[in-house]
Amino acid sequence: MSATAETAIENTHSDEHHGPAKGIARWLFTTNHKDIGSMYLWFSFIMFLLGGCMALTIRAELFQPGLQLIEPEFFNQMTTLHGLIMVFGAVMPAFVGLANWMIPLMVGAPDMALPRMNNWSFWILPFAFSLLVSTLFMEGGAPNFGWTFYAPLSTTYAPDTVTYFIFGVHMMGISSIMGAINVIATILNMRAPGMTLMKMPLFVWTWLITAFLLIAVMPVLAGVVTMMLMDVHFGTSFFNAAGGGDPVLFQHIFWFFGHPEVYIMILPAFGVVSQIIPTFSRKPLFGYHSMVYAVGSIAILSFIVWAHHMFTVGMPLFGELFFMYATMLIAVPTGVKVFNWIATMFRGSLTFETPMLFSIAFVVLFTIGGFSGLMLAIAPSDFQYHDTYFVVAHFHYVLVPGAIFGIFAAVYYWLPKWCGRMYSEALGKWHFWLSFVGMNLAFFPMHFLGLAGMPRRIPDYALQFADFNQISTVGAFMFGSTQLLFLYLVIKAIRSGEPATDQVWESAEGLEWTIPSPAPYHTFSTPPEVK
Amino acid sequence: MRARLLHWALILLLPAIHAADVSAEYGLNMPRGVTDVSHSVYDLHMTIFWICVAIGVVVFGVMFYSIFKHRKSKGAVAAQFHESTTVEVLWTIVPVIILVAMAWPATKTLIEMYDTADSEVDIKVTGYQWKWRYEYLGTGVDFFSNLSTPKDEIYNAKEKNENYLLEVDNELVVPINKKIRFLITANDVIHSWWVPDFAVKKDAIPGFINESWTRINEPGIYRGQCTELCGKDHGFMPIVVRAVEEDEYQSWIIAKQEEAKAEAALAKLTFTLEEQMVRGEEVYNTNCAACHQANGAGIPPAFPALKASAIALGPVDKHIEVVVNGVAGSAMQAYGGQLSDVDMAAVITYERNAWGNDTGDNVSAKDIVEFKKK
Repeated sequence: MSATAETAIENTHSDEHHGPAKGIARWLFTTNHKDIGSMYLWFSFIMFLLGGCMALTIRAELFQPGLQLIEPEFFNQMTTLHGLIMVFGAVMPAFVGLANWMIPLMVGAPDMALPRMNNWSFWILPFAFSLLVSTLFMEGGAPNFGWTFYAPLSTTYAPDTVTYFIFGVHMMGISSIMGAINVIATILNMRAPGMTLMKMPLFVWTWLITAFLLIAVMPVLAGVVTMMLMDVHFGTSFFNAAGGGDPVLFQHIFWFFGHPEVYIMILPAFGVVSQIIPTFSRKPLFGYHSMVYAVGSIAILSFIVWAHHMFTVGMPLFGELFFMYATMLIAVPTGVKVFNWIATMFRGSLTFETPMLFSIAFVVLFTIGGFSGLMLAIAPSDFQYHDTYFVVAHFHYVLVPGAIFGIFAAVYYWLPKWCGRMYSEALGKWHFWLSFVGMNLAFFPMHFLGLAGMPRRIPDYALQFADFNQISTVGAFMFGSTQLLFLYLVIKAIRSGEPATDQVWESAEGLEWTIPSPAPYHTFSTPPEVK
Repeated sequence: MRARLLHWALILLLPAIHAADVSAEYGLNMPRGVTDVSHSVYDLHMTIFWICVAIGVVVFGVMFYSIFKHRKSKGAVAAQFHESTTVEVLWTIVPVIILVAMAWPATKTLIEMYDTADSEVDIKVTGYQWKWRYEYLGTGVDFFSNLSTPKDEIYNAKEKNENYLLEVDNELVVPINKKIRFLITANDVIHSWWVPDFAVKKDAIPGFINESWTRINEPGIYRGQCTELCGKDHGFMPIVVRAVEEDEYQSWIIAKQEEAKAEAALAKLTFTLEEQMVRGEEVYNTNCAACHQANGAGIPPAFPALKASAIALGPVDKHIEVVVNGVAGSAMQAYGGQLSDVDMAAVITYERNAWGNDTGDNVSAKDIVEFKKK
């Protein structure tokens, strides 16, 4: 009884003027969606730089034919960690960070639905990645079997550190699942009165669908690494042919996780771009309903195309045909999205601030990645493309100017709301153009390398591949070093940028622009009314 | 004015023309290959490529038109339309039609690629860490194919030759105009056997036998590589195929069979320690040095040292056992089925006497035969 009374008194006293705790405790114990969002974003940027350094190590070795800087064993550790860190450490946490910051602001909620679990989701990540990266300093070296960790290379033939890798992946998976549950609970339960599902901003929609994908497939990833653990330590033979197991089973399970995972990394970027293009076109998004249905169809289709990563494993003809047709079908909803973005720009009144530049580059370059994806879907041609640099070019085109440009666009778009200050538009444009040129120099020649016959994941190559590799390395260093400029301009904006208005962008729409800049520590304690 | 435009157009086009000219040298596109199937695959590739280009021109054309015409700085005022059922249905249905048109020839080619019946030559291809084994079924011809590029070229001590990393000690020799069926499997981890000119790429998976086939139209040397990450030397296990006329193929088979007989006959002879060391070093460098290194130091902990090791200095029988049967659960393969008894004896002798392992033991082929009998 007295406890209830106390709570009641506390409730009357706590309001939005209640500020954050002081010092390190603020960050360790915070349950505030804005603090947690910021931590996710900084963490992902650190991982982006770390994974980037590994990429540059790879590119430096590939600058010339012959082995110059590193040995093949270390090269394989670099490709493995680069992939794992970029996928699980850079891209996914960045989108979770954006979700934390923006979803409550966009649906008019005071915080995420499960704030303490939110804190835990984040704080698992530094431990998971410390576990993974620490293997570099252990006897036998870090995991060296590629980010796809195909058995039995990753089981019977793996270095001892594979166990650290397995536990690291388990922790990342737990973090992702909790994050996804939080997103779903927030979106379904905490929308402002009047905000029906079909009035939600597209970023919220894409994240809702992404969260369902995460809940569906992260347990599958956890399952497959557990099976590996059993094979390595407890004498089972899930993937060991000598014990009656099946190495191809590994690939089926992995890609049943892996293909939806690809969409987990791109759907939120679709959402970001769908917010930004209308703002800078000064025109409502074309075909809102079909955009929502397209994202839904892509998500559903993503569950029935996994074996297109496995066209060469020797599936029966019927299997090949099924997965070829299903994969080609994905081009249809993806095409609808691209057409809608362009129809939004058509007869708009366009300006080209940095978020818009990144969004336009996203549409163009992601579409190029989509084209090579369509080519890869054609099974007979895929026999020639499979596991060559053509594939490397393809997935870097959908991930770098896709996912990562989407994240950059989002940061430029919402940074003024987060910190109440504008970034320098001139520096932003420099960052864009240097990234754009560097990224294309790095990845476009890889199409030619792959078609000409260069396999992926090799530390040394035949002489006819030398020129394009050289260009690619130059581009990679250009792209990589440009990201330091990004770091500088963000810090500069936070410390000394021009004050931002509440509206920030002339014709931006949505609840997040109705609150002051910078967003106060507590927002929407009283739900807004959506008409 | 027009002349000047033409002039500039030419200057801008020059790099493109130049690029087309040297494309063969740099390799910009997929090779057309030397089989009917590889031609079909190439045609599919070019068709889907041009479809993508056409869609790209239309889509990006509209986009760049908007970017130039509908910018605020030019005084564009935004229209407020935001849906049109007709247009949306249209751009859903048109891509479906294009895809169906594309799926049809792809299906036809795929069915052809899967028809492995009625083969005239059958070759079993086995992937090992990091070499290929070729067994010509029914002829007794059976050999390994290792990278032959010297370490000095890889480590930049010597100039690289034109087939750098794409050369082997024993080529796969096949006849032209015959249907050749490949039965592809692996001994340890997953590998993938790829020859671009045949449009054949199939994973080599332990415990599975995958099938693929080719019929080569032109004699020549065709090079490929392993395309599935298979560990440390994944980049160093190329494939070289020499396609020859039928009669040349037949005489090559006979020569290979003679070679095998001569090798077997050697097992009855005895060799001095010096002779063993020479042969042993050669066998060691081809089969063992990738992991245990040419200086016997290994790369611990995955690949232990042989120099001053307990195995190389301990009892001979234990040493033979490790090499013949391998070590289960490790990268050490069972070489009993890979090396001839003579080579096995030589390499064990070499390991027991090189790098200061001065045991003085001279293991003979007979010792190996006896061990295998036990």
